[in-house]
Amino acid sequence: MRPAILIGGVLVGAVALTALVSVVWTPHDPGLIDVANRLQPPSPQHWLGTDQLGRDIASLLMVGAQSSILVAFLSVGLGALLGVGLGLAASALGGALEESLMRLTDIAIAFPALLLAVMLAAIYGPSLEVAILAIAFITMPVFARLSRATANQAWSREYVQAAIAMGRTRLGVTIHHVLPNIVSMIVVQATIEFAIAILAEAALSYLGLGVQPPTPSWGRMLAEAQTFLFLAPHLAIWPGLCIIAAVIGFNMLGDGLRDATDPRLRGMRR
Amino acid sequence: MTAFLLRRFATLVLTLLAVSAVVFAIMNVLPGDPALVILGIDSTPEAQAALREQLGLNAPLATRYLDWIGAALTGDFGISYSYDLPVSTLVLERLPVTLPLALAATLLMAVAAIGLGLFAAMRHGRPGDWGIMVLSQVGIAIPAFWLGILLIILFAVTLRALPPGGFPGWDEPLAAIRALILPAAALALVQAAILTRIVRSSVLDVMRLDYVRTARAKGLSRNAVYRRHVLPNALIPIITIVGLQVANLVTGTIVIENVFSLPGLGRLLFQAIANRDLFLVQALVLLFAAAVVIANFLVDIAYVVIDPRLEGRLE
Repeated sequence: MRPAILIGGVLVGAVALTALVSVVWTPHDPGLIDVANRLQPPSPQHWLGTDQLGRDIASLLMVGAQSSILVAFLSVGLGALLGVGLGLAASALGGALEESLMRLTDIAIAFPALLLAVMLAAIYGPSLEVAILAIAFITMPVFARLSRATANQAWSREYVQAAIAMGRTRLGVTIHHVLPNIVSMIVVQATIEFAIAILAEAALSYLGLGVQPPTPSWGRMLAEAQTFLFLAPHLAIWPGLCIIAAVIGFNMLGDGLRDATDPRLRGMRR
Repeated sequence: MTAFLLRRFATLVLTLLAVSAVVFAIMNVLPGDPALVILGIDSTPEAQAALREQLGLNAPLATRYLDWIGAALTGDFGISYSYDLPVSTLVLERLPVTLPLALAATLLMAVAAIGLGLFAAMRHGRPGDWGIMVLSQVGIAIPAFWLGILLIILFAVTLRALPPGGFPGWDEPLAAIRALILPAAALALVQAAILTRIVRSSVLDVMRLDYVRTARAKGLSRNAVYRRHVLPNALIPIITIVGLQVANLVTGTIVIENVFSLPGLGRLLFQAIANRDLFLVQALVLLFAAAVVIANFLVDIAYVVIDPRLEGRLE
């Protein structure tokens, strides 16, 4: 097994497992406010101490993993679904339609996600849905380009030509012959986009444009911790470490999977 | 060269128009009534209608877009609803914070990445190289705003060497520069982590080429080879990535200004959202997006200045 896949897999597995476990069990109720025990250092009762309201930090971090994974999953899933659909359609139909769809992705790629989230937040007010939409929108063109490029390769293969000669429709060829050829590329790219989505969610939640209170999220925990930097700087350490672990995990897993599935790209980075 | 510049400039103008249309469309076509947003749901329908009239919202969409973009070209971005001041006045007031921050971060990123990337390439396969690669892998995963918080903990809370945030204004140049050191570093270092990897691999690629071996063989010193032959040729892929990173740096200022409470354009944008000042948001988003487009235009020009052979190929 490649070390990148192993290390990445372990980190991703740990974050995912934490998120799953937190659904049924956390050491304390993450919402339980206990002002008498606020800003406590780590202890046997509170493994990582308590925050400014006396809430258990370890429990908050565990539930925070849920927010990160959920947002990443929904936004990358939506982006992949729309992007792959666009890419496959562009590749199957070709011509002026393909050209104009690709020019649209050029504009979308050039447009920073944060600015999109900001505009949507200004119109609809900040919310989790707005954050997910904004992140999905930036991942979409990446998937569209990737799936179009890979699908175009598949369309030029002889067995695809044979299938067309035998009377399969464009839709049939796309579903039965093109899609199976691009699935592994999509999965690899999705893994890398997960890392980008987790960073974006953290930044948006930190700015108050993502996960809304009282739902715990790593980005929002950092924003709250910043008020207490002089009193309890340790509050600002843990959520950041969680973000880094998740991002490194998905980055390494994605890189490792890409190297494993495509030896020509070995050692290259985006 | 002149023809190339003219064509590039035409593309720039078209891209800026496309970006402005996208911004306008998102802010105006999506369901949602600005008058309702500004006045709140408790307002009377009469008040909403009056405000719609006052804001010119009853004109056709195309007319409103042309009015908006036409006025913007003369520097008139309208009046901010919440500040009751021209948007241009607000922008000019905040620019002396954001512009130096972005420029300092870009410079710091380039210097750090080229230095570390060269160092790693020159020690290819040895512990120094390995250490820098591990550091950059971690650096890529660090959110810039968290790095900012860590820098505050280290330099402001623990060492008390630099201010934790705020900006005194350029009347006190020394204090102003001190206030920008940590924000610029937080912004630059994360981007430098990405760029360092590109510098390293690009330098390693060039080092394998024959003319580098020839230069060494004819007796040029190691440093002279790097300065005269390796670095200039390694710059092309580096510049490409820098162009992509400028977008991250520009939007990064929005986040970092909020971390360090700097009164720049990014903070103004967030106050505009909090105040539901849609026209200010629209103008600021256009400015940020335009900055990204113009930065990429400058990168395209830089390519040709560095490597005239590319003039034909970039068409």
